[in-house]
Amino acid sequence: MSDLNTAMIEKYRTSFLKEVEANVEEGEWVKMCMQCGVCSGSCPLGKFWDHPPQEIFMMIRAGKRDEVLSSDAMWMCTSCYNCIVRCPRGLPITHIMHGLAHYAKRLGLVPQNQPTAKFAQLMWDNLVKKGRVNELKLGLSLYFMNGFGEGVKTSLKMKDIGLGMLKTGRMSPMEMLGGHAVKDLSGFHKAMKKAQELEDARLAKHGK
Amino acid sequence: MAKREYSFYPGCSSQKGASSSNYLVSVQTMCEELDIQLNDIPDWNCCSASVGYAGGGELPRLVLSGRNIALSEQHNPGQEIVATCAACWLSTREAKERFEHDQGLLAEANQALAEAGLKLRNETPIKHMAEVLVEDIGYDAIKAKVKRPLEGIRIAGYVGCQTNRPFGIAGESFENPVYLDKLVDTLGADSIPTYEKKVQCCGGALAFSEPAKSQEMIKGIIEAAYDHGADMIVTPCPVCQMNVEVYQDQINATYGTKFKIPVVYYSTLMAVAFGRSAKDAALNGQVIPAKKLEEIAAK
Repeated sequence: MSDLNTAMIEKYRTSFLKEVEANVEEGEWVKMCMQCGVCSGSCPLGKFWDHPPQEIFMMIRAGKRDEVLSSDAMWMCTSCYNCIVRCPRGLPITHIMHGLAHYAKRLGLVPQNQPTAKFAQLMWDNLVKKGRVNELKLGLSLYFMNGFGEGVKTSLKMKDIGLGMLKTGRMSPMEMLGGHAVKDLSGFHKAMKKAQELEDARLAKHGK
Repeated sequence: MAKREYSFYPGCSSQKGASSSNYLVSVQTMCEELDIQLNDIPDWNCCSASVGYAGGGELPRLVLSGRNIALSEQHNPGQEIVATCAACWLSTREAKERFEHDQGLLAEANQALAEAGLKLRNETPIKHMAEVLVEDIGYDAIKAKVKRPLEGIRIAGYVGCQTNRPFGIAGESFENPVYLDKLVDTLGADSIPTYEKKVQCCGGALAFSEPAKSQEMIKGIIEAAYDHGADMIVTPCPVCQMNVEVYQDQINATYGTKFKIPVVYYSTLMAVAFGRSAKDAALNGQVIPAKKLEEIAAK
């Protein structure tokens, strides 16, 4: 268990809702949910969620900390924003799900080998490195994220798609050699570093 | 028509050799014909799209878009920012609104951006290219440019998610937007206003991490288009375009279907209808060739 997770359990012993309000992006909205279930019924991958958003909101209020934070559920969000535009109370549900996912990641509670959690982290690392996404490197790191054997298998399965993209000029092997990047990479990295420092300071001070 | 200028945010997938480089080519052609001048935001960076939240916390994520807006305000002052990618548009506009609602966040973003010598005023409107077409140019002006009407082509307008929600195009409904259908009609093709899957999710980034779940949804999007007798699907979103086009063989292998339907951008249709060549319309960027458009472009 991570140190941060232990510290948070100590700090918010009696109220998971307070913990979410203080630490999860847009978490202060959770208590506004009136349990109508429109979000759950509107979710395109709803049938794959262990706990659909409506249930997650009630579980947060019921203090089911482990069940929520180590759940696979919020990683099923495709960011389609159906729930946001339909919620009769105007909760930013998509953002709350993203916030819960990010918080679970900070605490080290994401289920092992959760594919979207892994892919999303790969994408973030990829884009921060050069300031722009390198699609070829991201694609390959995705195929190989569960080891070499599986990577070769996935690559073979994706071969025809890759060839189609290559033939139409929508994929370039040149991307392996450096690839696209922002010109002021040092300024970009300095700004991102400062943003992370400020984010860390704010989290340490207020919870978020 | 007077020339219109915008500060342009092309986005990662539009770059040379990237997955929607064909989108950029057809957009450039479309804009030439409509007297729209796109001034790139110099040195723009990635917006972190829809799955940036896992690795990036709130401020680092928002600073990405903050940097783009700041660069635009510095180099293309007074020009509205226009994005062609749904995720770029959504992230940038969302960042702008979060900064508006939380001055503390804006101050922190400026502290971070100062490290790169930038200042974010956060006063620039953020538009999607579809808004430029519908609101700034208008259907009549578009119709006036049509040299080769796309007669006899039946096109399912697939709007998808992020061009439509949470912001959408002013005056359009989230459940049944009609601007893409109107655009199809304006170009002389036949729209399918009752296409049920026009705002169905394709899986977005989860097409990579959860392929089976996403392809089940993509199957529905394509099936409904065939049910309506569509010759092709048109979309405003690079992720929708790629997801719906390139996995058709895998879907056929899984479900025993025989899908082979071209998926194009609105800008592809416009470039062809405006009388430009197949190359200018980037028809060579179709993994599934849009033969009916090739025939018209060759006339």
